[in-house]
Amino acid sequence: MKILTAPRMERCIGCHSCSLACARLVHKMLSWDMAGIRIASSGGLSTGFEARTCLACLPAPCAAACPTGAYAQRKGGGVIVRKNLCIRCGECAKACPVDAVFLAPDGEPFVCIHCGRCVSYCPHDCLELADVGTEGAEESHAREGAS
Amino acid sequence: MTGETRERFKVLVVDLPAGRGAITLLEGRDSLAGGSGLTAMLFDKYGLPDRPWDDPEQPLIFAIGPLTGYFPLMSKTVCAFKSPYHDQYAESHAGGRSALSLRFAGFDALVIRGKALAPSCLSVGSHHLELKDVHFLWGMDLLRTGKMLRRMYEGAGHRSILRIGPAGENGSAMACINVDTYRHFGRLGCGAAMGAKNLKGIVILGDGSSPLPEGKAYPKLFAEVYRKMTDTDMMEKYHNFGTPINMAVLNGISALPIRNLQKTSDPGIEGITGETFARDTLLRNAACAGCPVGCVHLGFVRERFMGENRYLYRQVSYDHEPIFAAGAMLHVTNAFSVLTLLDTAEREGLDIMSAGVALAWATEALEKGIVTTRETIVPLKFGDETAYREGIHHLGAASNDFYRLLAQGTMKAAEHYGGADFACVLGQEMAGYATGEVFFVSQALGLRHSHLDAGGYSYDQKNKEPDIDGAVRFLVEDEQARVLLTSMVSCLFARGVYGDQVLSDCLRSVGYLNLADGLGDVSRNVRKLRWRTRLHTGFDPRTVSIPKRFLEVETWRGRIDPAYLNALKDAYAAAILALGEEDA
Repeated sequence: MKILTAPRMERCIGCHSCSLACARLVHKMLSWDMAGIRIASSGGLSTGFEARTCLACLPAPCAAACPTGAYAQRKGGGVIVRKNLCIRCGECAKACPVDAVFLAPDGEPFVCIHCGRCVSYCPHDCLELADVGTEGAEESHAREGAS
Repeated sequence: MTGETRERFKVLVVDLPAGRGAITLLEGRDSLAGGSGLTAMLFDKYGLPDRPWDDPEQPLIFAIGPLTGYFPLMSKTVCAFKSPYHDQYAESHAGGRSALSLRFAGFDALVIRGKALAPSCLSVGSHHLELKDVHFLWGMDLLRTGKMLRRMYEGAGHRSILRIGPAGENGSAMACINVDTYRHFGRLGCGAAMGAKNLKGIVILGDGSSPLPEGKAYPKLFAEVYRKMTDTDMMEKYHNFGTPINMAVLNGISALPIRNLQKTSDPGIEGITGETFARDTLLRNAACAGCPVGCVHLGFVRERFMGENRYLYRQVSYDHEPIFAAGAMLHVTNAFSVLTLLDTAEREGLDIMSAGVALAWATEALEKGIVTTRETIVPLKFGDETAYREGIHHLGAASNDFYRLLAQGTMKAAEHYGGADFACVLGQEMAGYATGEVFFVSQALGLRHSHLDAGGYSYDQKNKEPDIDGAVRFLVEDEQARVLLTSMVSCLFARGVYGDQVLSDCLRSVGYLNLADGLGDVSRNVRKLRWRTRLHTGFDPRTVSIPKRFLEVETWRGRIDPAYLNALKDAYAAAILALGEEDA
């Protein structure tokens, strides 16, 4: 099982190519919000950038909070998303401890599905689709690089 | 994006005294595209050619283009205004996050009219418009202003913050608008145009999204264009050493303006080459939103402010043009000193290209006894970082009559005090190339008086023999190609990738079918409208003169040929008049 990690964010130049790729390829949107990975500067560009993306929690609090099963636990961490089951209650976003779920103005949630399509669009190799083997707590160290 | 707004421009027109705005949908997409074409169209609609630049009703315009955000390096915004420098129509371009923020805010353009009743900050977004009283920021330096605005507004990372420093508040014709700390609408005094509106800041919140076309054609084309941008030597050229690679190259061929253009080559330049900056000062790169190239180079300076090893440090962006102006022109040949001067100009909100060239003239004027330290306050001396730090502050603060006049343009000061022969002015303070006649004429007469109007510096290096017709044809055609890009709005660094066919394919893939089929007409329309707008505001290319200092330049090709330069100037002036006057 693979998960998206962002182990080299010190290299990030803030081009947003990853967010734009996710929105374009996964969600068919032109957006830097409606994406499973979002780039933010904290305190201005001089302090660098951070990636807001799913840390592949196992168990995932967003899946536990989802009342309709739209978010279900994914093997290896993170969630499987079934958009047709979502009632746009926003509980997933509230439950996420690292602000990785974006809620669109109409309440639709956007979260990383760990597909890795953003990875090749990062010009500085900040991102990585890491193999975490099978499900299990012993792989949790592999996710520490996600930020 | 709806079909309605794809065919028409969606423009937010803000009335500052009322603190309100109105959405206007305008025709013209298929004939003018956006960006440079759109700003000229909007100035035509809202500008007042016969009234002065600081008339409250003059518009301050920001526009993006049809491909902004849709493809890599479509990452620039065009700012248009009536310039305090020459009281005529002007354009200045910048990146940062401004272009994508405007895209995601949902507007093709933002037009700001009137003068706010108090010093204010305007914030706009897809669901938001607010004018906030920020009188407490007036007089504050530009970097501190940025910190305050970041704290006052939400949206870190997905917004753009435009702000001015004291120079913009003082009506300086060298005042810039800083964009997201490291980029600038630099030239021709747009910072003063913003200050005249009592606007200290503009926050554009990019909080909207829009659906993309169905099917695989668009993402496939995006991937191809992205690969071209990142696989070609563009990454090498603009990311590696960045634009400062030109310092050593130009110095090596005796084409770098040094010491107020008294020389074109000097061994000391070794201390401020792109290679030296990268080796000794480079902290990291940064990018405009939507650009994987990441040409922004951030250097550092540290300063011991107290004993016991107490230091502070600053991050400063550098490029060829700022290094030329604060380094070569002032003969400051230490990279850290140059960064310190760039940082000083940043705080004042000054365009460093103009400020460096102006202070170079002031230094020579002081050397020649044309002015005294009564005027310059500090004994400006080539190579003296400390003196120039103070000089830049005085220029930004308009500390006395001398600096107030100098901030209106070097030639204005020279006309008053003398020394016009050695004022390095080509329409505005010169850019960092002394390549020859074609570049000098190109900047002196170009619409933006910018090295980016047309590649005259490149023509000089490739063509040895004087050829008036050939050079004019090159300038006219190259300008047309560039205005097409600045109407999309592409970074000009991408001009090697975005040829007409690629642009046409890109437009078609996102639904601009008419535009895709009519690029030739569009570029001619935009070029004509821009020139017409400039001419209507008073520009007469026949009256432009090129100071004597430029005729004394010696490059690798030998001495400048005054007869060729003057003949070329006359021929290009005639061509410009024809471009602005021809029928549609």
